[in-house]
Amino acid sequence: MKAKPYWFKNKRFIIQSCTILSLFFSSQICFAAGEKITYPKLDWSFSGITGTFDRASQQRGLQVYKEVCAGCHGMRLLAYRNLKAIGYNDNEIKAFASENSVNTLNDDGEVVEREARPSDKFVSPYPNEQAARVANGGAYPPDLSLIVKARSDGANYLHALLTGYVDAPTDQKVPDGMYYNKYYSGKLIGMPQPLYEDGVEYADGTKATPDQMARDVTAFLAWAAEPEMEDRKKLGISVILFLLVLTILSYLAMKQIWAPIKNR
Amino acid sequence: MSKAKFKNPVVKWIDHRLPIFSFMDHELNHYPTPKNLNYFWNFGSLAGIALVTMIITGIVLSMNYTAHVDYAFDSVERIMRDVNHGWLIRYIHMNGASFFFIVVYIHIFRGLYYGSYKAPRELLWILGVLILLLMMATAFMGYVLPWGQMSFWGATVITNLFSAIPLVGESIVTWLWGGFSVDNSTLNRFFSLHFVLPFVIVGVVILHLVALHRFGSNNPIGIDVKGTQDTLPFNPYYTIKDLFGLGVFLTIFAAAVFFFPNFMGHPDNYIEANPMVTPAHIVPEWYFLPFYAILRAIPDKLGGVLFMFGSIAVLFVIPWLDRSSVRSSQFRPIFKIFFWILLADCVLLGYLGAMPAEGIYVILSRIATAYYFFHFLILFPLLPYIEKTKPLPISISEPVLSGSSPASAFAFREKK
Repeated sequence: MKAKPYWFKNKRFIIQSCTILSLFFSSQICFAAGEKITYPKLDWSFSGITGTFDRASQQRGLQVYKEVCAGCHGMRLLAYRNLKAIGYNDNEIKAFASENSVNTLNDDGEVVEREARPSDKFVSPYPNEQAARVANGGAYPPDLSLIVKARSDGANYLHALLTGYVDAPTDQKVPDGMYYNKYYSGKLIGMPQPLYEDGVEYADGTKATPDQMARDVTAFLAWAAEPEMEDRKKLGISVILFLLVLTILSYLAMKQIWAPIKNR
Repeated sequence: MSKAKFKNPVVKWIDHRLPIFSFMDHELNHYPTPKNLNYFWNFGSLAGIALVTMIITGIVLSMNYTAHVDYAFDSVERIMRDVNHGWLIRYIHMNGASFFFIVVYIHIFRGLYYGSYKAPRELLWILGVLILLLMMATAFMGYVLPWGQMSFWGATVITNLFSAIPLVGESIVTWLWGGFSVDNSTLNRFFSLHFVLPFVIVGVVILHLVALHRFGSNNPIGIDVKGTQDTLPFNPYYTIKDLFGLGVFLTIFAAAVFFFPNFMGHPDNYIEANPMVTPAHIVPEWYFLPFYAILRAIPDKLGGVLFMFGSIAVLFVIPWLDRSSVRSSQFRPIFKIFFWILLADCVLLGYLGAMPAEGIYVILSRIATAYYFFHFLILFPLLPYIEKTKPLPISISEPVLSGSSPASAFAFREKK
């Protein structure tokens, strides 16, 4: 009779180890979701291991960013040329960039303005943090380049925040320059409600409800935070398939090499 | 040294003058290894591969990184966005740190379970603990480099621990920072040390391997190898087994890198460091959480620091704390139960380290910390007086070769 492989006897050990590892990871999750506020979990096109961005939604999101958010929020890590990835051609990007101006030096060493080029980074609305705070009653509108990665469960959180403006409960005092948002930690946020019905007019005829605009701008910002995501997942699937084949082959080779020892 | 026969004349010529081929043949090919090693013995080689992966990706990252408070954060984002496959290199490095710790922690608990620290492997164990300590220092400084909020505030909290030292504490902190707060000079020295310490680790790993090859691997039964019938040449038996283990490891690692690269990170580290804004909760990376819990469990700052460092220091002396001559937990029924309690205790400490230091969490942290030290300082020395160990098998080849009959495997062995 052939004995069970000796490592088999350690099955319990292995199972226990797995349990412990998963406990470790779940503790991470517990921490990540430490806030008591719960917000709707949406079904994003880019979630999951095969998820991709919805180009049309991203383009609408760029429009929302440009017409609504960009008044106060910069995206300094993004270059205009990056917009190629969400489906714009060179001329469109050039035109989009040229609506902004950046400072440069002329031949006489004087600071002059020129039109922004595709190679420039997105021009921020304020020259510095101090200017931004003065213009916004002391609050600093954060840069949005990484916002989806910089918040726990970023996409859902962002969508919730943008649609979370409701009337404050009667016992809640809302000071001047603050606004009530049921999804913001502390409930009082310095940002006024940004999205209203038909706040933008979509070129593709999509109805611009606050929910739709929030979804679109979140899709755009999710891409801005992780522009490599589609490449990453695509490469990941090939790499995992390769590794699975390698692992199976090495397992079979191992069985063959060890066979004389096990059956001796 | 074995008389290796090499056919290639160039190899022969070199080997006669510089016997590196004989050395490799001896240590990697013929190296006699106990035949009964289970999969927990894969984690040593996995740790070595993780270290090499970290060094290679780290060198590439350093070519694109700028160690300056004004540019560090943006230079990391440039790696993520503009450097070809920079995101891949960085995510491998970032997740590689976590996986390195997972592998090393399993490696350490394997050593604890099977008594791999006992004579004659005390120095092997001590070198391993030294590697852990160096890894922790390296990982801590590496986490500061992206200059996110957690980088900055983690560095502030941890370096401030040294201020608890009486009289000279404040001066030491200023000396560590190279200034009066965590600032550009701190970032620069951390980058410098983060670059060089991995090579120190490589040095200690080489010593660890020399010490390992002196007596060879311990094994699940924990009894000494009696002769060639108990061993197999490392190649091909364990090279192929290590390759299979590597395949499994890399598959899981790749899943994290490609599909959940930020799962083990903290979102706040994607916000650039801002000395004027303190995050709501400052938490270290998950692999430091048990130690962080011990630190916070002690109500006194200096006491907390001493207990935290003590939790590592105690590992250095466990070869002498454990008085039992039986290595493997398989033959120590009570020790085995306490092993699992210790493991659960460490996981609990990890959980508590992630929780806010208030209410029930503080009390639990104190109990868990007390147990941790009780386990090593009281249980280890005293247990052998109470515990009745099971009879040890005569040799390794006995239980392996006799197939399914456990009776022959556990034949009685006279007491020393």
